[in-house]
Amino acid sequence: MSPKIQAPLESNDLSYLGVGVRKPRVGFFELSSCEGCQLQVLNNEASLLEFLALLEIVNFREAMTDKSESYEIAFVEGCVTRDDEIDRLEKIRRNARTLIAFGSCACFGGVNQLKNRFASQDEVVKEVYGEDAKIETRRAAPLVEFVSVDLEIYGCPVRKEEVEKIVTNLVVGKAVEHPRYPVCMECKANENLCLFDLGELCLGPVTRAGCDAWCPASRMGCWGCRGPAEDANLEQMTEIMSRHGFSHEQILDRLECFGGFSEFAANYRQGGE
Amino acid sequence: MKFTCDIDVRHLTRVEGHGNIGIVIKAGQVVEAHWDVVETPRFFEVILKGKRWDNAPWICGRICGICSIGHTLASIRAIENCFGIIPSPQTANFRLLLKHFETLQSHILHLYFLVAPDFLGIGSVFPLIKTNPAEIQRAGRLKLLANDGGDIVGGRRLHPTRTVVGGFTMLPDKKELASLRQRLEEAVEDLKQTAALFQSFAVPAFTRETEFVSLKGTDRYPFIGGDLISSDGVAGKESQYLEMTNEYVVDHSTSKWSRLSRDAFAVGALARLNNNFAQLHKPARDLAESFGLAPLNHNPFMNNIAQLVECLHVILDAIQIIDTQLDTNYTAPRGPVAPKAGQGVGAVEVPRGILYHAYDFDEVGRISKADCVIPTSQNNGNIHYDIAELARISAEAGKSDEEIRIMAEMLVRAYDPCITCSVH
Repeated sequence: MSPKIQAPLESNDLSYLGVGVRKPRVGFFELSSCEGCQLQVLNNEASLLEFLALLEIVNFREAMTDKSESYEIAFVEGCVTRDDEIDRLEKIRRNARTLIAFGSCACFGGVNQLKNRFASQDEVVKEVYGEDAKIETRRAAPLVEFVSVDLEIYGCPVRKEEVEKIVTNLVVGKAVEHPRYPVCMECKANENLCLFDLGELCLGPVTRAGCDAWCPASRMGCWGCRGPAEDANLEQMTEIMSRHGFSHEQILDRLECFGGFSEFAANYRQGGE
Repeated sequence: MKFTCDIDVRHLTRVEGHGNIGIVIKAGQVVEAHWDVVETPRFFEVILKGKRWDNAPWICGRICGICSIGHTLASIRAIENCFGIIPSPQTANFRLLLKHFETLQSHILHLYFLVAPDFLGIGSVFPLIKTNPAEIQRAGRLKLLANDGGDIVGGRRLHPTRTVVGGFTMLPDKKELASLRQRLEEAVEDLKQTAALFQSFAVPAFTRETEFVSLKGTDRYPFIGGDLISSDGVAGKESQYLEMTNEYVVDHSTSKWSRLSRDAFAVGALARLNNNFAQLHKPARDLAESFGLAPLNHNPFMNNIAQLVECLHVILDAIQIIDTQLDTNYTAPRGPVAPKAGQGVGAVEVPRGILYHAYDFDEVGRISKADCVIPTSQNNGNIHYDIAELARISAEAGKSDEEIRIMAEMLVRAYDPCITCSVH
């Protein structure tokens, strides 16, 4: 039996606990990214129509031609790697009441910030486009380096169930809180095999939960895409990983992959040199 | 005769990424007609430099939100080709099955969400939720099936978690495979309905002769690895990808361009179909013929129909693969990996055409050089020359600015460009 796709709610008269709720005008925007987090929104076929009924989408270039600059909530995917993106971001900030950094690129720079390992961005350009290329790029940086961010939704990619929960809370005016505990807790609760027991490296013990241990559930160790959990003891964690026989390089690969541990990774990188 | 026209589409909508179309016609002559990619580059080739081999598939999947599975598989194949790893039949089967779900997901997304609004004269798919609920439900069903298949085989529909060098971290539960098989059977009817919908659309009659490049199928319609072929008669091995792609930098685009025997060539569903028609499953061939699509077809708008045909093919092929795996006991999901110095190239047919990843490794398996050649960058030149030809014909026919703009946008969309990917 195919799962049923839910019919859309008749949506102009939303209410929550008997109180009327107005649909917010929402825009989706992308800077340097793979646009996968936006696609995650479209990828949730089973509840997409109900989800869309909560919002009035007025700007979503990947899906629609008409666009409006009048919106209350802006989802911004991707990080900044070029000057014109700063202008676009500032304009979005002026228009939006709530600006959401959507996904790990927007929150931390994501995999894009791995190019920051190379000191000269000119050399980065030459490597790909040749000596005379007139291609502009700058150090990959998260949104918060340029504008104030009201809410961060973590993950590479974002987890659609979490996005829907957060957006529903926003629409009805409930507080949005992220888990403070690590992925490891969710993994244990799901009774997954521990990756360390399988001889695999995993950042689950130090990474912020909320993904339901998405990767470890598939026996892929966590790469820390959601950034550190509250009070994560990174020093201790790297020591334990070393004792399990993982090299400095392997541990650094994990810590620096998505940018969420950037400060600690920068120090740790120096420790290996 | 059309005397003046000035079309400037900045950030074409309903495509993945950022591209602009410009057409200027003066006194009946096309002065300017161009396709520019203005996406910000992310420099994945630099990001990989100095990284150990096991980072590459994980990072490279992130090149693209639509074809992350294809990038991951091309990356894995490049590494395995260098290290001398030959995937087991089980691994090859599950990789192809996973690939099929990506092809289905991407083509359905394109056909229903990005292309259909053009033929229905609306700006997005969203109004259809109210006006055409049956179509939307069907699109949702097909996409959900494809995405669930991605979850079940690859661990996750986007940025897969189970695909690794040497095989898979774990294999799908056979009960889940059997339920996928059931849904694939049901999807055949949905595709028939989709075909009926597209039969009701008038595909623009536009042709410009070009060269088509793809993998060459031997016993199966090709998706993962193998020899390279062009419709102009060029052939090569996977490792000779540079001779097939000839990338060069143009100053109005952040994406590179490609050429082979002519000024430009095309890759994608139409190229695959043109070069490998005989290997399609029979019902898929019949479907193609019901649209008057047979090799060599030079109408770029027919790429949409080729995608539809491939949807049927991959559904039938996926059923076959699942049957094989249901009848076989699983072996170990993952084999050993021993790094080796050298170069490895992996070619994979992703939804928009042939994709190459090539890496140079040192003796411990660290990447010293990486190169990714993306389907859309191979198509950019062809899109550009198509726009010029479309502008010329439209000027002669005296079309209005609005008509020319809509046709030019539809033309670019027919290629299903993945612009973020092409810049990477």
